Amino acid sequence: MATQQTRSLARFMMAPSVVLLFVWMIVPLVITIWFSFQQYNPLNPIRDGFVGFSNYALFYSNPAFLQSILNTLTLVVSVLLITVIGGILLALLIDQPMWGQGIVRILVISPFFVMPPVAALVWKNMIMHPQYGVFADIARFFGAQPIDWFGQHPMLAIIIIVAWQWLPFATLILLTALQSLDGEQKEAAEMDGAGFISRFIYLTLPHMSRAITVVILIQTIFLLSVYAEILVTTNGGPGYASTNLPFLVYQKALLEFKIGQASAGGVIAVILANIVAFFAMRAVGKNLDK
Amino acid sequence: MARSVTTQHKTIATVAAWIVALLIFFPILYTIITSFKSEQEAIQGFSIIPSGTFESYAEVQAQSGYFKFFFNSVLLSVGSTILALLVAIPAAWSMAFSPTKRTKDILMWMLSTKMMPAVAVLFPIYLIFRDTGLLDSRIGLMIMLMLINLPIVVWMLYTYFREIPGEILEAARMDGASLWNEIVYVLTPMAVPGIASTMLLNIILAWNEAFWTIRLTTTEAAPLTAFISSFSSPQGLFWAKLSAASTLAIAPILIMGWFSQKQLVRGLTFGAVK
Repeated sequence: MATQQTRSLARFMMAPSVVLLFVWMIVPLVITIWFSFQQYNPLNPIRDGFVGFSNYALFYSNPAFLQSILNTLTLVVSVLLITVIGGILLALLIDQPMWGQGIVRILVISPFFVMPPVAALVWKNMIMHPQYGVFADIARFFGAQPIDWFGQHPMLAIIIIVAWQWLPFATLILLTALQSLDGEQKEAAEMDGAGFISRFIYLTLPHMSRAITVVILIQTIFLLSVYAEILVTTNGGPGYASTNLPFLVYQKALLEFKIGQASAGGVIAVILANIVAFFAMRAVGKNLDK
Repeated sequence: MARSVTTQHKTIATVAAWIVALLIFFPILYTIITSFKSEQEAIQGFSIIPSGTFESYAEVQAQSGYFKFFFNSVLLSVGSTILALLVAIPAAWSMAFSPTKRTKDILMWMLSTKMMPAVAVLFPIYLIFRDTGLLDSRIGLMIMLMLINLPIVVWMLYTYFREIPGEILEAARMDGASLWNEIVYVLTPMAVPGIASTMLLNIILAWNEAFWTIRLTTTEAAPLTAFISSFSSPQGLFWAKLSAASTLAIAPILIMGWFSQKQLVRGLTFGAVK
């Protein structure tokens, strides 16, 4: 009797969250899918109507599309490589006994709390500006020609900025995992004469593997949808050189008003995210069982 | 002998770590330094000692009404967090204390909504907001931020609530406590630290959200993310002003973040790393 009551109460308490999220997920997605099969242009409504898969065909034949997929993947993979490898090294370093460890931690984690537009603008104007940036000052100090980062290497510049934002996150999580490593195990390995390298490979790395998985998965979710950093630095250019999939969809929808094509791009972005999500869910689900 | 080796090791580690840490922190530090320079100073090449003027701060406020954006940021991040907590606390509570076979599936499904790329639903959301008059309104954006962070809030609360021993609840029930009393006198005191951490992390996430806050606002509801983005097409000398605006935009959250490192790890890894 009581359990019956508790159970219906539990259902009642869960309802608002479930209903809200369900509506929030389904309604816009259905509208997007519907628009992806329509010709729809708010500025020029004459030819509006059902067009089958031609939006997908148009989106696909657009040279910017393949470029944007390539850029999206380049960004995700490069930033993951930099932050995971850098994060492991940095976590190992900070885990050593030292003076002022607390302050070092605070300094290292700080970029994560900087909002994306600020991070991007600070790097664009204070650090990478070809005339007034710190990099230009350094280049001139050594008598070299300052680099026009956003004109010549737009993707590299964006990768550096995004990696700077996410390196702290990777470091903090890997450090947390590292610090939960049993000290006795480490000592035992040391007594058995295991050197630093073999201790790292056979003890530390396996211990961190779950944290590394989590870092990769969570960062991938966010890195697939990098937007503000591109908006305030290169605006996708020069040409489409630094346009990723989210940015291309934004351009099609709100700048060119090609809603059908933008929606097709959106659906493709959902499919891409779902492939990643499939693996992410499995990994997180496994952790939940523990 | 062994001792001196340890000290040497410690010295090397300290020096190396501080150099790396300062390099990583440098863009933030240099922004803060530049914010206390005049515009002329700011473009005269690298220097780390500012003249200590506050004129950029005054100008940022005078030219663009900085505090309106700041106020919007506070309102949106705190407001959306409170909304999310109101919806999420009952859900997380029931999942933690009366789990069913489907609880895990529901949690996973909630998490999966977080994986949907925002850009895929940009236009439908834009249309819905336009047709309901929510475009550029604080309440609309507050609901939006609440929805995108709701899965994380439920998850975080769930991992905290699950650590509250169920036996205590049973004991209270045996003593004849009603459900209401159980919640108010037993559960709430034990849940407060978890709720506080969740709140802190969620405010940080909402404060820094930079897609919907930029795209769904123009002037009225625009928070600091939108304000800062307007600096992307500068006019004239603006380095010191940009620095001042940036410093003001990140300072509150930076300080909050320093205090919430531990919760951050836990919250963002959905309890997988503690």
